[in-house]
Amino acid sequence: MLQLNNIYKTFYPNTPDERRALNNISQKLSPGDFVTIIGSNGAGKSTLLNMLAGTLLPDEGNVWIDGKDVTSWPEEKRAKLIGRVFQNPLMGTAPGMTIEENMMISLGRTQNRSLFSGITKKTRHQFREHLQTLEIGLENRLNSKVGLLSGGERQALSLLMATFTEPKILLLDEHTAALDPSKQELIIKLTKDLVEKQQLTTVMVTHQMEQAIELGNRLWMMDEGSIIFEANEEQKQDLTVPDLLNEFEKVRGKRMTSDKALLMK
Amino acid sequence: MVSALYGAVESGLIYAIMALGVYISFRILDFPDLTVDGSFVTGGAVTSVMIVGGSSPIVATLAGAFAGLLAGIITGLLHTKGNINPLLAGILMMIALYSINLRIMGQPNIPMLNETTLFTMISQTWTNLALDQVLIVPFKWLGIASYAPSTFYVIVSMMIIVLTVKKLLDFFLRTEAGITLRATGDNQSMVKSFSTNTNLYITLGMGLSNALVALSGALIVQFNGFADVNLGVGMIIIGLASVIIGEVLFGKDKIVRMTLAVILGSIVYRAIYALALRVDFLEASDMKLITALIVISALVLPNTLEKSKAKREFKKSQRRALNHNQEGGVQHASAK
Repeated sequence: MLQLNNIYKTFYPNTPDERRALNNISQKLSPGDFVTIIGSNGAGKSTLLNMLAGTLLPDEGNVWIDGKDVTSWPEEKRAKLIGRVFQNPLMGTAPGMTIEENMMISLGRTQNRSLFSGITKKTRHQFREHLQTLEIGLENRLNSKVGLLSGGERQALSLLMATFTEPKILLLDEHTAALDPSKQELIIKLTKDLVEKQQLTTVMVTHQMEQAIELGNRLWMMDEGSIIFEANEEQKQDLTVPDLLNEFEKVRGKRMTSDKALLMK
Repeated sequence: MVSALYGAVESGLIYAIMALGVYISFRILDFPDLTVDGSFVTGGAVTSVMIVGGSSPIVATLAGAFAGLLAGIITGLLHTKGNINPLLAGILMMIALYSINLRIMGQPNIPMLNETTLFTMISQTWTNLALDQVLIVPFKWLGIASYAPSTFYVIVSMMIIVLTVKKLLDFFLRTEAGITLRATGDNQSMVKSFSTNTNLYITLGMGLSNALVALSGALIVQFNGFADVNLGVGMIIIGLASVIIGEVLFGKDKIVRMTLAVILGSIVYRAIYALALRVDFLEASDMKLITALIVISALVLPNTLEKSKAKREFKKSQRRALNHNQEGGVQHASAK
């Protein structure tokens, strides 16, 4: 479903600020795989995600999605295959538009946008059914401006908008990091439900090791642009946070640098 | 006085189409587009040259609007493909259009007094149908026949044209493409992440906006009976004034209401204009200053009012809290 072949990316090459963001990444995901990526700040997690989304071009290597070489596809073309939820809840929705209008935009990801018809009764009904699955009452507020929703509600809506059109790949970029703990729990639960229901191939970046262990069937730990540790479904089952920290120490010979990662246990 | 107000309604309706164009760029796409000053004249220039050349006024008017569409698309491309800041892209296009307009017209001023324009055509049909006699009846009933306008044809025909434009625009803005256009102005990166070529939408939106502006210019030159290369100076500010006055006085969240508000805003602006001209100490040339002042106050006042209101509320609540505390203190003391 997703294949990365020998990806390299260096920022500011040939300057004193040169930084190797991705160093020979080769990975493969099968349909339905759900990988969580952890690592300290600057490990290359976000770069990798941007590489998948098409916001960044690799220096070398190529990206295959659903049997197609998409390396040179521009972001908006690639977005046909990709659903994405950002860290900032404000980024995934248009605040001045109503809930149903936002849903309409996400529906346009897979189908052409009509010049002659708007939101029909049928699509509205469909939206309502999808919103019901969130169980936060948004189905009764189709005509509310999204700007009036809380951060958690907006993120839940973003998540739904990214998933209900069944993308080939779902990218989650620390999508709970900006929320308070109770809202985090809600979003994690929704993520689990939505991904399971549609068997989405998912890549999730997170700072929280517990989250990374709890969700998904695979785990990658990144540092300095490389994947330094991987766990498959079996290994992941009895993986604990101390295991991960030890693993990091073993490979790198140093403690995990990010305080944030430690604080989150 | 009253006839001046009828004039204000007439020109207000014609300029309303321009204001709707400005609404698309300024409010929907969040793109302060100065192309308007140029494209308004471009529409008038193309139309007047074609009418003088003997074309049908209807074809000439549509051609004028089409010229505006092209101008808007170029501004859109300058911004999206050329990565030029929106304001600068508009200014560049405005300057370029000044020369282009002169080239189109061949001279700074084209009189059309003896030509067949859209308005002479409508006027003729109107007189043949004798509709004025029908429309004057309610005025006679009310006994204010002397206050009736000399003819209704401009108001009625423009109302039909403006409402048609409004209806089409309302319809378009609620189609899937229209929703995407509005969302592009609201959160571009989000729309992009749902596989939309936002550059295309911005470019076409700018084209649509300037097509309306040029259509308005095409109608104005026919209404005035002449085209002038300086007709568009300050047009963007007039458009902004109309949009903002409309929003403040009549605005609501819904698209249908917003477009109506913009049209009414344009008429109110023209009425203010007409009244200001009748005040003795003001001259016609002061109008640009007055327009600027209207826009500034419409932009500043709502914010300031809200803030001062919030401040008043806060002070009130503090005073209440203080009183409460003092009372509490007294009680406390007495309890001792």
